[in-house]
Amino acid sequence: MNEKLSSIKKEIEDGIAAKATSRATAFELRKQFLDSKTGTIGQLMKEMKNIAPEERANYGKEVNELKAWATEVFAKLDEEMKAKELQEKYASEKIDVTMPAKEYETGNLHPITQMRNQLIDVFAGMGFEVFEGTEIENDYYNFTALNTPQDHPARDMQDTFYLSPEFLLRTQTSAGQIHVMENKKPPIKILSPGKVFRSDDDATHSPMFTQMEGLVVDEKITLCDLKGMLDVFVQKIYGENTTTRLRPSYFPFTEPSVEVDVSCFECGGKGCKLCKGTGWIEILGAGIVNKKVLENCGIDSEKYSGLAFGIGIERTAMLKYGINNIKLLFESDLKVLKQIDDN
Amino acid sequence: MLLPLSWLKEYVDIDITPAELEEKLFSCGFEVEELNEVGKDITNVVVGLVLECDPIPETHLHVCKVDAGSHGTFQICCGADNVKAGGKFPVALNGATVYATAKDHKTVEGVMTIKKGKLRGYESEGMLCSGVELGVSESMYPGAGYNGLLVLPEDAEVGADVKPILGLDDYIFDISITANRPDCQCITGIAREVAAVLNKEFKMPSLEYTETEVKKDGFSVEVEAPDLCPRYIGHYVHDVKIGEAPLWMKRRLALVGQDSISNIVDITNYVMLEMGQPMHAFDCDYLEGNKIVVRRAKDKEQIVTLDSQEYELTENNLLICDGVKGVAIAGVMGGLNSEIRDTTTEVLFESAKFARDNIRKTSRSLGKRTDASAKYEKGVDEYSTVHAMKRALHLVEELGCGKISSTHVDVNTGNSVEPREMKVSIQKVNDVLGIEVPTEDIIRICTNLSFAPVINGDELILMIPAYREDMDSYPDVAEEVIRMYGYEHVVPTFMPDSKVTMGGLNELQKKELKLKKDLCSIGAYECIHYSFISPADFDLLNLAEDAKEREAIRLLNPINEDLSVMRTTLVPSMLHAISRNQKKGNLSGRLFEVASKFIPESLPLTSYPEERATLCVGVFGGAEDFFTLKGIANKVADTFFTKFSYEAAQTSYLHPFQCASVKLGDQVIGTLGKVAYEVAEKLDLREDAYILELELKYLYALNTKASYVPLSKFPEEVRDLALVMDKSVTCGQVEGVISSSCKFVQEIKLFDVYEGEQIPADKKSMAFSVKFVPGEEAFEEDAVDKFVKKILKNLKFHLDIDLRS
Repeated sequence: MNEKLSSIKKEIEDGIAAKATSRATAFELRKQFLDSKTGTIGQLMKEMKNIAPEERANYGKEVNELKAWATEVFAKLDEEMKAKELQEKYASEKIDVTMPAKEYETGNLHPITQMRNQLIDVFAGMGFEVFEGTEIENDYYNFTALNTPQDHPARDMQDTFYLSPEFLLRTQTSAGQIHVMENKKPPIKILSPGKVFRSDDDATHSPMFTQMEGLVVDEKITLCDLKGMLDVFVQKIYGENTTTRLRPSYFPFTEPSVEVDVSCFECGGKGCKLCKGTGWIEILGAGIVNKKVLENCGIDSEKYSGLAFGIGIERTAMLKYGINNIKLLFESDLKVLKQIDDN
Repeated sequence: MLLPLSWLKEYVDIDITPAELEEKLFSCGFEVEELNEVGKDITNVVVGLVLECDPIPETHLHVCKVDAGSHGTFQICCGADNVKAGGKFPVALNGATVYATAKDHKTVEGVMTIKKGKLRGYESEGMLCSGVELGVSESMYPGAGYNGLLVLPEDAEVGADVKPILGLDDYIFDISITANRPDCQCITGIAREVAAVLNKEFKMPSLEYTETEVKKDGFSVEVEAPDLCPRYIGHYVHDVKIGEAPLWMKRRLALVGQDSISNIVDITNYVMLEMGQPMHAFDCDYLEGNKIVVRRAKDKEQIVTLDSQEYELTENNLLICDGVKGVAIAGVMGGLNSEIRDTTTEVLFESAKFARDNIRKTSRSLGKRTDASAKYEKGVDEYSTVHAMKRALHLVEELGCGKISSTHVDVNTGNSVEPREMKVSIQKVNDVLGIEVPTEDIIRICTNLSFAPVINGDELILMIPAYREDMDSYPDVAEEVIRMYGYEHVVPTFMPDSKVTMGGLNELQKKELKLKKDLCSIGAYECIHYSFISPADFDLLNLAEDAKEREAIRLLNPINEDLSVMRTTLVPSMLHAISRNQKKGNLSGRLFEVASKFIPESLPLTSYPEERATLCVGVFGGAEDFFTLKGIANKVADTFFTKFSYEAAQTSYLHPFQCASVKLGDQVIGTLGKVAYEVAEKLDLREDAYILELELKYLYALNTKASYVPLSKFPEEVRDLALVMDKSVTCGQVEGVISSSCKFVQEIKLFDVYEGEQIPADKKSMAFSVKFVPGEEAFEEDAVDKFVKKILKNLKFHLDIDLRS
C-alpha cells in the first residue's frame, strides 16, 4: 500500500517536473491525479470498498493525507504558474518607451485674441464692460461726433477707407464711445475692442488692425486718474515694476491728450534694442475726453468729465511676444500660430 | 519738419546741448524723430597748409608736404588739379572718416576711413578733401562744388577742426508737429515754444521795410470765392534784379533740402520755412489785365504749373487768375506762364489764406502735393499771412533785389489778427489735471506763451495770440499749463469719486469666447483675416454671376484690387490661408475664424449693412475627411447644447457629392464639405481641404444655460439592428425613421456598413445600435421587442428595408 502511495507521490512530482510549464498543463496534471471521478487519487478512494474493513480506517487516512498533500502541491504549482505567466505577459509587452507619443493637439486662440482677453481681464476687474461696435460706421460717429469736422486736419491723420460718401470703415474704436454715451448715462466704464482700418500698408502698418478703446465718464475724472489707471494696467500686463510716462500729444476727441510710454520691460529702463536706447516704449494714446464730445452725446460737461485711452492690440502683442512683423498676424501660418500660447 | 539748430538760434538764445533741447521739445509735445549732426560722418578733418607740392612724373598726381598744425606735418599724395603750395585745404588725417565718392567724384557711395598707404610708390599719410567728400555743397560753402579740393579761407587756423568753418557742426532736428499746432510748422513757431519752455525771450525777425512812391496804377484784387480764400494780400515790387540769393540764405535752404533758384524765389521759400506761410511771386510782365482774380476754376479749365505739368481743373479747385487766365492753382503751385525768369523786373508777391480742406481736396484730386499744399492742409493762420508778407518785403529790401512799391492790396473777410480775450476758471483748469498747479507757475507759463495773463480771483484772463487758433476753453489752458509745468507732476490716483460699476463680458461675448475655446480644444487654431477681399475671390469660388455673395460693398478708395470688397463670405480668406500654409510646407492642420460678413440692404450703401457673425473652419491633410469636419460641426453644436442635422447639398466651391447643408431645426445655418478639385487646383493645394461655414446668430440666440436633467432610475436597453436596404437609402433617412418610430429612442449609432457577396448586389447593409431609455416608468417585459417590431415595420413601409437574415 505504502509503495503504491509513494509511487503516486513520485509520479506527481515527476509529472510536475516534466510537464508543468503553464497553468493549463498544471491544471491537466492536477486533473489527472485529483479529479474526483477519473483522477488517480480519486480512484484510490473508490477502491475503499475493496479494502478489508479493519484496514479501511488506515487506508482512508493515508489516501486523505496523500490527497491533502497533492492538493497543496497543485495549489502552489498554480500560484507559481500564474506568477510565471504574468511575468511572461509583461515581458512580451515590452515597449521602447522612447518612441514618439500619440499627440493630443490643442489649438490656440489667435495672439490678438489672447492679448485682447488679457486686457479685458485687467479692465473687467476695474469695472469695465465690453462693448463691440460695428466695423462699418458713418461719418458722424467716426469723425464729426468725435470733434473732427469735415475740414479738420486730423482727418488726414488717419487715411480713411470710404464705402460711400456717408459710410466708411471705422478708423478707431472711439466711434463706439458715441453710441454708448448716447444710450447710457454716467457712470460709464466701457472697453471697446475691435477691428479698425486705415489706408496704410507697409512693414509696420496693416490696413486692418485691432484697437481697444477705454472710456470712463463720471464726476471729477482727472488726468491723475488716467495716470493711476494706466499704471495698474501696465503693471498687470508688463510686470510689477513697470511705470508709465505721459507726454503731450494731440487727438481731436481728447483735451489734454497724451502719449503714454512704459518703462522698457526688456531692460528695465536702462536702454536696449527694443526701446531704441531710450528706456521707454510708446504703447498708447489717451487723454481727458474733449468736452465737445460729451456735449455731442448730450452729457453735461460741467457736471461730468471723462478719460479715454486707445491701445493698439497688435503692437501690445508684438511687444509682449517679440513678433517683429505685423503681417505675420494676418497670414495664419500654423508655424506662427502654434508658438503663441499665453492663455 | 526739419529744423537747423543754427537757424533756430537766430530767434532764441539756446544755452543747452542739442540732446537737452531734444528732451525739452519732447516734454512739451514736439517729438524729435531724428536729431542729426550735419557733419556726423566727418571726423578728424583739419585745416592743412600745403608747404611743398611736387608733381609725380607721368601721372596727374602731386606729392605734398602738408602742415596740420599740432597734428604734425604729413606727406600726402593728391590728384586734384587745384592743389598748390601755400594753399589751405581740408586734410583728413590717418583714421579720419569722410564720404567715399564714385569715379565721377560727385556721387557719394558711403563713408570711408582714411588710412596710411602708398600711391605710385609714394607714402601718403592722409587725404586732402573736396567739398563732396565732406558733404558740403556749393550752397553751404562757396567753392565747395568744385571738382577738386575745397579751398579754405587764408585766415583759417592751421590744424583747426574744419567743421565749424564749413558749418558741419550744425544740428538738424526732424520734428513731428501734431495737427493741432499748425502754427509750429515753421522755424519761428518752434522758436516761440523753445523760448517758452526755456524761459527765454523770443526774437521776432525784422518786418521793417520802406515803401517807394511808385504805384501800380489801377491794380486790383478781386476775391470771388471768399469762402475758400478768407484773406489775400498782394504787394507790388519794382526794379527787381534777379540774381543769386546770399550765401546765408542759400545755406539755410540747403540745410532743409531746398534748392536755391533765385533771390526772389528763394525769399518766398525762405519765408515759408521761417514763418509757415506759403508765398508766391508772379512776374508782372506776364500778368494781363492789371488785376488778380481769385475764383473757382471752370469745369475742364486747364493750367500748366511751374514744373511743366498740365492739369485739368473742376469747379472744386480754386484758381488764382489775372484779368484773362489762370496763373496759379491756389495753395498748390504757381503757373508756368507767370514764373520768375532771369529777365523779371516787376514782381507781385502773394500771401494768402486758403480754406484747408479745399486745398487738401485739390491736392488729392490732382495728385499734387507740395510744401505749400501740405502747410495749407494743416492750416495757415492769418497772423502769419500778414506778417509773412512784411517779412518777404523786408528781405527784398535787405537783399537789395527790388524796391517796395506802395501798392499793397489786402482783401479779407474781416478776421482780426489781434489777440482775443479768453477767461477761464483756475479751479476748472486744476480740476482737469487733478493737481493744484501753483498760481505763480500758471502765470509764468501763460506769460511765456505770450498769453498776457491777468488774475482776478479764480478767474484767469488771457489774451490769446491770433496764431493760437487751437485755444478754445479751459481744457486747452490745462494742457498748456501741464505740458510746460511737466507731466511728471501728475500723480496716480484711482478715481476716488467714481461710482462702482460691474465689468466683464456680456452673455454673447462669453458665448463667442466659449466657441473659440472649444474649437481650440479639438486642435484648431484661430485665424484673423482682413475684412476685405478681392472680387476675384468670388470667381475663385465659382459663384454664379447672380450669386448673392457677389452683392458686396465696394471700397471707394481701396489700397488695391485685392483688398477692395467687404467680405460676404469668410470662405475665400480661409482657402487662401490653407493654400499659404501648404505652400509653406504645413501639410495638415485645422484653422478657424470667427468674424463678421457684411450684407448690405442695398447698394450703394444708404444704411448700416448687417454685420453677420460667422464661423469658418478649414481642415486639411491626410488625417482629415468629410466626417472629421462633420465632427467639428457637431462639436460646435455641443458648445451651444444643441444638435445639427445634415442634408446632402451642392455649393459652387465644394465637391458635388461631399457637401452638406447644416440645419438647426428647419433653418439652414451653414454648409460643409470637401473643397472642389477645380478650386483646389486654382489654389495649388497639395492636400485635400474641407471647409465649414456657419452663421452664428441662430446659435447665439439659443438658451445655453447649463442645467441638469435627472437620470432615469430604470435600466436602459440597447438593441443592434442589421438592416438591408437599397443602396440609395441614406443613413440619415434610416435614423429619421427609427427616431420618429419610438419616443424612447435616445441614441442611434451606425456601427457597420457592408456591401458584398452575402447580400444582393443592388443592396447594402447598415447595422445600427439603438438605445432605448425609459422615462417615468420601467419598460414592461416585452416593451422593447414591441418597439423594435414597430421600427422594422416603419422601415419596411417607408424605405423598403428588411432585417438582415
